[in-house]
Amino acid sequence: MEVKTGTWTEKKGLAQMLKGGVIMDVVTAEHAKIAEDAGACAVMALERVPADIRADGGVARMSDPELILKIIDSVSIPVMAKCRIGHFVEAQILESLGVDYIDESEVLTPADESNHILKHNFKVPFVCGCRNLGEALRRVGEGAAMIRTKGEAGTGDVVEAVRHARTVLGDIRKLTTMADEELMRYSKEIGAPYELVKETKELGRMPVVNFAAGGVATPADAALMMQLGVDGVFVGSGIFKSGDPAKRANAIVKAVTHYQDASILAEVSKNLGEAMVGRNVSQMPEAEKIAGRGW
Amino acid sequence: MKIGVLALQGDFAEHIAMLKRLNVEASEVRLPEHLNGLDGLIIPGGESTTIGKLAVAYNLMDSLKTFGQRHAIWGTCAGAIFLSKDIGRDQPLLELMDIKVQRNAFGRQIDSFETNLDIPELKQATGTKEDYHAVFIRAPIIESVSGDAKILASVSDGRIVAAQQGHLLATSFHPELTNDTRFHEYFLTLVD
Repeated sequence: MEVKTGTWTEKKGLAQMLKGGVIMDVVTAEHAKIAEDAGACAVMALERVPADIRADGGVARMSDPELILKIIDSVSIPVMAKCRIGHFVEAQILESLGVDYIDESEVLTPADESNHILKHNFKVPFVCGCRNLGEALRRVGEGAAMIRTKGEAGTGDVVEAVRHARTVLGDIRKLTTMADEELMRYSKEIGAPYELVKETKELGRMPVVNFAAGGVATPADAALMMQLGVDGVFVGSGIFKSGDPAKRANAIVKAVTHYQDASILAEVSKNLGEAMVGRNVSQMPEAEKIAGRGW
Repeated sequence: MKIGVLALQGDFAEHIAMLKRLNVEASEVRLPEHLNGLDGLIIPGGESTTIGKLAVAYNLMDSLKTFGQRHAIWGTCAGAIFLSKDIGRDQPLLELMDIKVQRNAFGRQIDSFETNLDIPELKQATGTKEDYHAVFIRAPIIESVSGDAKILASVSDGRIVAAQQGHLLATSFHPELTNDTRFHEYFLTLVD
């Protein structure tokens, strides 16, 4: 019996299993347990949530393997971890640890200012951030089996996630109305592989699972992203920087399932305690924004 | 015929797309009242802990158990876990099928695999000869079957990956991620 591992179907498939779910940033095994108990469909293991990476400054790198292994041991749901953009050795290390998904993330300090990792070289699947369809399809072209909007991580301000989701989904809507002979010019214009542009038009959606990320802090934020048309939601600092993480985490999980039911959204939004403090992206200096990282 | 797909979390849209390819009416189930008027139900792949918690939170456990006593239910991967009686750990289960399941039995994501399975019942029911190409993702195995549950498919080392108990069906793998509609056709033969 022939057995194949690390196939494109396998890589894309795990992301399909995460759809309609919430992936939560966790920095300890205890956080990971809280996230799993709240109904997270996966956790992102890291040393510092984006809000703290911002506050601390300096170079942000892959987390300590010991921490990642502790988190892997503490939960039964999939565990993701972040490597720096272009840092394929960090990715090799994460793969050897047995993480289920690698996030080649702009939240960490980029290691390569021109190139991303050639993700087809790995058996473990990758997720990457994007701000528009061209960027998304370049990442898929390199082998990303899942895409997320970048948003502006660690701010608790959903405005950039909305901007990026509207741009990506709007680009796809525009693409579906184009004539086939216009696709080559459009590929050139957005800097995306022609075959993937063609596939996206045929499918009428992103060829891989597409989550929202970056600035989601409330159940309403999560449902907003779902109604805009994404497949699921990452919540980073929004949970463990809030007053009652377990309760807020559970409320966001329910909001993603029942994203079209306003009465359930009202119910789960009650008495959640303080949301993370948040930073207004429109008043941030350009140099502090991280969504621009990625090429 | 109308088939519901439990849409709490997971790849329910993929199952709905398969049912539509077979010209079967399909709808999403998130609350107990969404089961009304359905002839069968599919519980998709996803995270079984997430699906279980949401089913408890929205009072679906009893409704699903009652539904399964009279109607066909098929669970894929997380759905198979949810249908089982015992998984050796504490999480919400429908306990409808006499199967013991072990989660993530093949390892982590890098161990996820595709392979061909010889499933005589499937070939017979669909009048086809080809083996079934199965996609396993962080898949569970069915450790054992008891009572009226029967083994439907095993991988080459003998581990059980599909079982049936009357109108209830459990598969460790994901027919909804393939282009082969035979498993969905087979499930529809269990719906009356």
